[in-house]
Amino acid sequence: MSFPWANEYKPQAPFMQWMDERLPLPRLVYNAIGAGYPVPRNINYWWNFGILAGICLVLQLVTGIVLAMHYAANAGVAFDSVEHIMRDVNWGWLMRYAHANGASAFFVVIYIHIFRGLYFGSYKAPREMVWLLGVVIFLLMMATAFMGYVLPWGQMSFWGAKVITGLFSAIPLVGEPLQQWLLGGFSPDNATLNRFFSLHYLLPFVIAGVVILHIWALHIPGSSNPTGVEVKSESDTLPFYPYFVAKDGWAMGLFLFLFCAVLFFAPNMLGHPDNYIEANPMSTPTHIVPEWYFWPFYAMLRAFTYDFLFIPAKLLGVLAMFGSILVWFFLPWLDKSPVRSGGYRPLFRKFFWYGLIPTMALLFWCGGAPAEEPYLMISQIATFYYFAHFLIILPIVSAIERPDPLPYSITEAVLGEDENAQLGPAA
Amino acid sequence: MARILSILVGLFFTVALLWSFGNGAILVATEGLGEETAEHAFHQHPKDLKLASDGAFGKFDRQQLQRGFQVYKEVCAACHSLRLVAFRDLAALGYNEAEVKAIAAGYQVPGVDPNTGEQTTRPGLPTDYFPKPFANDVAARAANNNAIPPDLSLIAKARHNGAAYTYSLLTGYQDQPAELVEKFPDSKTGEGLYYNPYFPNLNLAMAPPLVSDGQVTYGDGTEPTVDQMSKDVAAFLVWTAEPKLEKRKQTGWPVLGFLLFATVLGYLSYRNIWADKKKKKS
Repeated sequence: MSFPWANEYKPQAPFMQWMDERLPLPRLVYNAIGAGYPVPRNINYWWNFGILAGICLVLQLVTGIVLAMHYAANAGVAFDSVEHIMRDVNWGWLMRYAHANGASAFFVVIYIHIFRGLYFGSYKAPREMVWLLGVVIFLLMMATAFMGYVLPWGQMSFWGAKVITGLFSAIPLVGEPLQQWLLGGFSPDNATLNRFFSLHYLLPFVIAGVVILHIWALHIPGSSNPTGVEVKSESDTLPFYPYFVAKDGWAMGLFLFLFCAVLFFAPNMLGHPDNYIEANPMSTPTHIVPEWYFWPFYAMLRAFTYDFLFIPAKLLGVLAMFGSILVWFFLPWLDKSPVRSGGYRPLFRKFFWYGLIPTMALLFWCGGAPAEEPYLMISQIATFYYFAHFLIILPIVSAIERPDPLPYSITEAVLGEDENAQLGPAA
Repeated sequence: MARILSILVGLFFTVALLWSFGNGAILVATEGLGEETAEHAFHQHPKDLKLASDGAFGKFDRQQLQRGFQVYKEVCAACHSLRLVAFRDLAALGYNEAEVKAIAAGYQVPGVDPNTGEQTTRPGLPTDYFPKPFANDVAARAANNNAIPPDLSLIAKARHNGAAYTYSLLTGYQDQPAELVEKFPDSKTGEGLYYNPYFPNLNLAMAPPLVSDGQVTYGDGTEPTVDQMSKDVAAFLVWTAEPKLEKRKQTGWPVLGFLLFATVLGYLSYRNIWADKKKKKS
């Protein structure tokens, strides 16, 4: 679907006409990311992060496929094969650093993308499916990143795998057999490494598939925008090409610049030194920490320190960790405010900026810190707010809030007036 | 309905958290934030160390790497392996082909007798890797007070502040402060261990390896003080941990230059394309 005023694909060259009648692939591209896709003209730079996430996915696929040509998924040689890539493979160091830092860049971009959606209400009707598919992508990304981090077979790889798969043992009755089934043994070993490699190669293509669904679902209602007011007329939109190609293009340049600055001058900044020590089942690191992008969820996992209602603390932590993301699936039905954008929701906005954002910052901080006081108490307060925010505050706020008046249209929001407006504000 | 259910689920998690928080708070209120440990009170951050390879324009000082290699070869190699480095790699330190061959030939590496097929040793070739000082971990433990000397290939990347840590550790041996033993009588440095405030748990099984000035004799006339030798070997281990470090930094600049150029062009074309679509300034 698209708006009636969308440009129509009219191939000029005879070959393109011939092609269009047989396989209208150029038409698909034209309507998806070309002049045939009308986009709200007022979207701001927070809307660039969807495309940037796509760029990260491609970067990870390309570097990952090259790395897989030189990597050996065997517990005996995996660590050395990574060092072989770093030392002896032509430009291997570049591929490996790009892949490791590319994962971090992907998560930076995706967190901004998700929180843009949370602030501007992108999860609301008619875009629920876009949001749900996005949460699926995020879960797949987490699984892929976790398994990828195990592959170098360093100390944090091994002990991270041990801790995370150990979570499954908290599930009553089936926990331990499930954990052993996942690992292919009693502890991470060659069987674990092999299956993680296999899945780490498979899942990115599953992600790519869900990304296609995500974009497809997006193109039905079209992109949301900072006012949250739906597109009404042609003057509200501009075609994707050339306007948003140009905007995304220079933003991509800036993103790659920042990415390469880290890649070439501080490639180990986000890594953990212990992962340059080969995995050793007999030696436990002092502090086992996952990669930085898992810290908020790791903090929530560890926030439950006492059994409650006969439910073991460990199980509560596991439920909370998975629940913290599962709750996003229900968001479109928890926040019932008809106004989408946080820009017109005074109460929601307060809870977002003074509640949710500081809470996430605290969780990031505590997740990377050792599991001791005062970090535990801080992460307990933060986790408390996190669940309260989504499950209690949002439903109540959306029921009692009085939103600010919305502009008549996107055109009015951008240009100050819209000739179609019958009841526009006094000029 | 969905909202009532969600509030109930929310209450469950938040009350469970309050329970944990309350119990934790009572524990902290009655017992404080845990005992202070000797490691916490006496551990020191590494000293400052400036190397030629630091910074965005950093390059290896090849003279220093050669000196550091000499220290490794004559001192560290007695216990520490360097298994990821091959003799051929030493060409990057400025040695020519003949010198690399000579260095390699100075080592005995495991081999096979061509006539009998028995395990034996032969002189090293440039393609060989540095041989290990101990046959296995058991032998390494037996010779080192039950501690395994770690492989040094990646040590500069496997420790926080790698080079500064190596340098500080090598120059940081001292007598255990009387104050420490007074405050933490249980943390007295044990038999066969050496006190070093730069080591995470303060007590290290490695005896001070660089003890006197002039322990090695440098060919380039540099004064071989303990401080100098420690710096040199720290620099050498930065190279062993990442031989491509210099190439990486050198590649980075043209890449960033190109991206900056492309980004500016992209920005200008964006401004141009959008010129008549922005809000008119009235």
